[in-house]
Amino acid sequence: MLYRQAGRFRTSYSMDARLVPFFEDRIALAAVFLFALCVVPFSASDYWLSAILIPWLCLSLVALGQNILMGYAGQLSLGSAGFMAAGAFACYNFELRIPEMPFLVSLIMSGLVAAAVGIVFGLPSLRIRGLYLAVATLASQFFIVWVIDKFGWFKNYDSSGIITAQDIVILGKSFTTPAEMYVVVLLVVAVMTLLAMNMASGSVGRNWMAVRDMDVAAEAMGISLLRTKLQAFAISSFYCGVGGALFAFTFLQSLEPVAFDINLSFRILFMVIIGGLGTIIGAYLGAGFILLLPVFLNIFFHAVVGEAVDATIVSAFEQVIFGVLMIMFMIYEPLGIARLLEIGQERLRRWPFKV
Amino acid sequence: MEWVEVLFFFEVLIGGLLAGVMYSLVALGFVLIYKASSVFNFAQGAMVFFAVLSFVGFMELGLHFWVALPVTVVLMILVGMATERFVLRPLVNQSDDTLLMATIGLAFVLEGLAQMAWGVEVRRLDLGIPDVPMQWFADLTDIFVSTLDVVAGAAAGIMVIILALIFSRTKVGLGLRAVADSHAAAQSIGIPLKNIWMMVWATAGIVALVAGMLWGARSGVQFALVGIALKALPVLIIGGFTSVPGVIVAGLIVGASEKLAEVYIGPLFGGGIEGWSPYMLAVFFLMFRPEGLFGEKIIRRV
Amino acid sequence: MKSILKRVAPAALAAAALTAFAAPPAAMAEEEQYFPVPSSRVGPFSAMGTGYYGGIIDYMQYVNKNGGVNGVQLVWAECETEYNAARTVECYQRLLTGPNGQKMLVFDTLGTPGAYAVINRMSEEETVLAQYGYGRTDAADGTVWPWVFNAASHYWSQIGMKLQFMADQEGGVENMKGKKIVHLHIDSAYGREPLPAMRQIAKDWGMELVEISIPPPGLEQQSQWLQIRRERPDWVTFWGAGSGMNSTGMTNAARMGFPRERLVYVTFGGAEEDMVPAGDAAKGTYVVANAVPGRDFPLIADMYKTLYEDSNVGNMANPDRVGTVYYNRGVGAAVMWIEALKNAQEMSGKVGKAVVGSEFRDGYEALNMTPEKLEEIGITGMVAPFQLSCAKHDGAGKFRMMQWNGEKFDLITDWMGPPDPTFIRGLVESSAGKFASENNVEPKNCG
Repeated sequence: MLYRQAGRFRTSYSMDARLVPFFEDRIALAAVFLFALCVVPFSASDYWLSAILIPWLCLSLVALGQNILMGYAGQLSLGSAGFMAAGAFACYNFELRIPEMPFLVSLIMSGLVAAAVGIVFGLPSLRIRGLYLAVATLASQFFIVWVIDKFGWFKNYDSSGIITAQDIVILGKSFTTPAEMYVVVLLVVAVMTLLAMNMASGSVGRNWMAVRDMDVAAEAMGISLLRTKLQAFAISSFYCGVGGALFAFTFLQSLEPVAFDINLSFRILFMVIIGGLGTIIGAYLGAGFILLLPVFLNIFFHAVVGEAVDATIVSAFEQVIFGVLMIMFMIYEPLGIARLLEIGQERLRRWPFKV
Repeated sequence: MEWVEVLFFFEVLIGGLLAGVMYSLVALGFVLIYKASSVFNFAQGAMVFFAVLSFVGFMELGLHFWVALPVTVVLMILVGMATERFVLRPLVNQSDDTLLMATIGLAFVLEGLAQMAWGVEVRRLDLGIPDVPMQWFADLTDIFVSTLDVVAGAAAGIMVIILALIFSRTKVGLGLRAVADSHAAAQSIGIPLKNIWMMVWATAGIVALVAGMLWGARSGVQFALVGIALKALPVLIIGGFTSVPGVIVAGLIVGASEKLAEVYIGPLFGGGIEGWSPYMLAVFFLMFRPEGLFGEKIIRRV
Repeated sequence: MKSILKRVAPAALAAAALTAFAAPPAAMAEEEQYFPVPSSRVGPFSAMGTGYYGGIIDYMQYVNKNGGVNGVQLVWAECETEYNAARTVECYQRLLTGPNGQKMLVFDTLGTPGAYAVINRMSEEETVLAQYGYGRTDAADGTVWPWVFNAASHYWSQIGMKLQFMADQEGGVENMKGKKIVHLHIDSAYGREPLPAMRQIAKDWGMELVEISIPPPGLEQQSQWLQIRRERPDWVTFWGAGSGMNSTGMTNAARMGFPRERLVYVTFGGAEEDMVPAGDAAKGTYVVANAVPGRDFPLIADMYKTLYEDSNVGNMANPDRVGTVYYNRGVGAAVMWIEALKNAQEMSGKVGKAVVGSEFRDGYEALNMTPEKLEEIGITGMVAPFQLSCAKHDGAGKFRMMQWNGEKFDLITDWMGPPDPTFIRGLVESSAGKFASENNVEPKNCG
């Protein structure tokens, strides 16, 4: 191992409050970020930027929102795609109706709209728990998409009910190439991740976790359930809304409300569980697994078997492999990919003396 | 109000109640598995698809209806056993989220396998029960009720009664309920977890087959059958995840309310409200009874 | 098992990642032309995807077996979209460059959601979006959408044609006054696509139009059909997607005693795969065709002989599906590709060589499918003759009405179009104009 974690004590309060306690970890994170910001946009192909990295980052942000609600605050929700839709269509309408509004402000506003919607649909959480809550949140999923789909105003009365996302303009510069859009997404996601790390390690996050672990006990300790739960719903929906707006503006670009259907909500749920509940990095890893694995399987099988086997069977076989990998993951590491990473780190610590 | 309107109201109501029974049939599979293992079986929809597609596939291979049926039943029992051995046994005592995720993986496997083995074409399934209005009833009342719906309703009713009896009156049922409470505690008093789970999954597979056959006869045997699981979710939570009779009552409520809402309220908003109205209704019910109508009361201690 | 998977899985992933990351080889054979196949082979739309893309691939194989396009061999790469907008975008980006390093010329999503997801990328990437009878209707205006084509006509001409058909059955347009029509549609953009034209015609003819929507996936349509029973319409136009919804529509009509001879299905609602599962309930249902099914067309018959009888290289897992609605539609789409490619080669002086996107676009726009040409290809009667131009990007605007007789489709009419094609064209142009002004698109001058 390059550095030791043992024996390094936190001697002051400020040290204890650090988001990333070890200097070396901070360097590593900064290096990854700088690499993603300075090297990737110039070296990756358009395919990688616009078909892999951009949707991955956008969905990671949504998964982060879902993880805040589910992993930190313990409220099982299945409405994330609905909140994404709220964010995406809010952003479109802000840009359309108030053209002078800067894109980043529209983005924040669309997050706030999604948060407001999230609070409304979070209300049942005060009374309902667990799986019951999950199914109840499906109401938001179906209702939001239905409302947007049904009322032409949200789509500016387009004859087909499709919106075309406006170009992203920040400070007079337009960001339209894949590399430029990638940079915008990366910066937004980085800032919001930092915020999430702050919240998770601060009093807000501790309240969430207390409610998650035992809400009755948390209430007895003086934590307001109403405030904590609704706050979690609001912040989670904010992340989903911003993620949805980015997903619409940088990835899909022209879309109909049905793009945010129930399957997307399910996929975001998978991301969070596979990645690791209650971890920040898990959102990224899970989004990568769920989003990219089918793509890689598709590329891989087309490259390997090619025309030899009926393409329908290949496509179905990809599904089987995907399912098997998912089951194996749960069996060998139920705590998700984030936990695997941790185990790897622990092993590395003893390396080369013991593997 | 005109007599015609009254008749129409009853027609909608009856149609809704019968559709609700069809939802209950799917929801039943969820309840079985949840009751015995507190697993929310995401793969139930996939099992419906897998079961009925295999059944039709066997018939296409030339097997007679009454041969294909037991063959499929055996296949579903094998699927249940395999699920227990390769998915559930390694996951004993894991959290609910983990088990849920594993069943999602199982759903992908089943969907993929079914399409690999039998192809993706839409099949027709003819049970010999006509899906047309019962003539004598229509003559009598001018209300159209499909024979298939009535048969389906009867089948669902019989299955619910049988399963409810098994759960409440037999030793096996007692074991199931114990396992549902706590895997570890049930194991420690000598309940064979393995057998119980195998049995439950096999039963759920057979229930899925019945649901799939009736739904398949109604709308063709095809991938879209996976989606009917979504229709079963509001039924599940209104009835309470753990109650077999609850499923049937909730199914009736959901079916009737969604049809009435779509026909009488839907046109005001341009229609299509039945996509979400059952969920809204479910939220409403849960506000008063957070554990559903028939669910076991959740007692929480600090 | 465990150890093997442990060893193989990471290797497989790494290999896949490498394949994806690796820049396509620069070397390119001169006599190859690459086409993308964004198929949907699994999931609820698989019946459609396997037939359609099977037809496309089979035709390309057939062309290759007969010496290619002036010696240029066709190559293709497939990508699974699962009929999902997000995966279609990924496939679009992935297929943009083919395995031989060539850029794609044309993209065909076979589905409105996918088409909408990529439609704005076309002019930038210099790729043709060939919407074979689906997708964005006002793209038929080539001045606003130079890169998008509706080669087998669009939904507005289709609904016009359906209404004309009804009028013919009722004994003339004047008899349509006071008639009631229900437009029963999937609750999505695709389902509402024909409404602008439909509302206008209904008004002009003095008909009552009732719109009833079905939430997807549409396996449950009882309340909709109950409403229809109460409305007692003279005709129902059914606009569904996915075999579940389509066959359920017919079985529900049977349950409500609604005569199937009064039920008219959309092109994407009625294929053999939709009719067969509905059984007897399907008998009598009308379906509109933009590519007529059947294996007797000389081309289809020869393809079947070459690819399935003489050799076993056909793409269809079940050879019986050769000649079905979706298969022939796929062949029809692929014929357009190849004819456009021929045009492009001739127009750019590259006969026997590969062409690029802009040349292909010009070739596609120059498509002139005269009856003689159709005869030469061997698809007389399978598709309607048509000609495209700089401004006019929709095909013939003509369809044939078919009726399901319980086993196969019977052709009921010859090719027929909407009652007033100039009116439909006006709708297209005004809708495209609205899009152009909203999105600051400078319409192309077609002189």
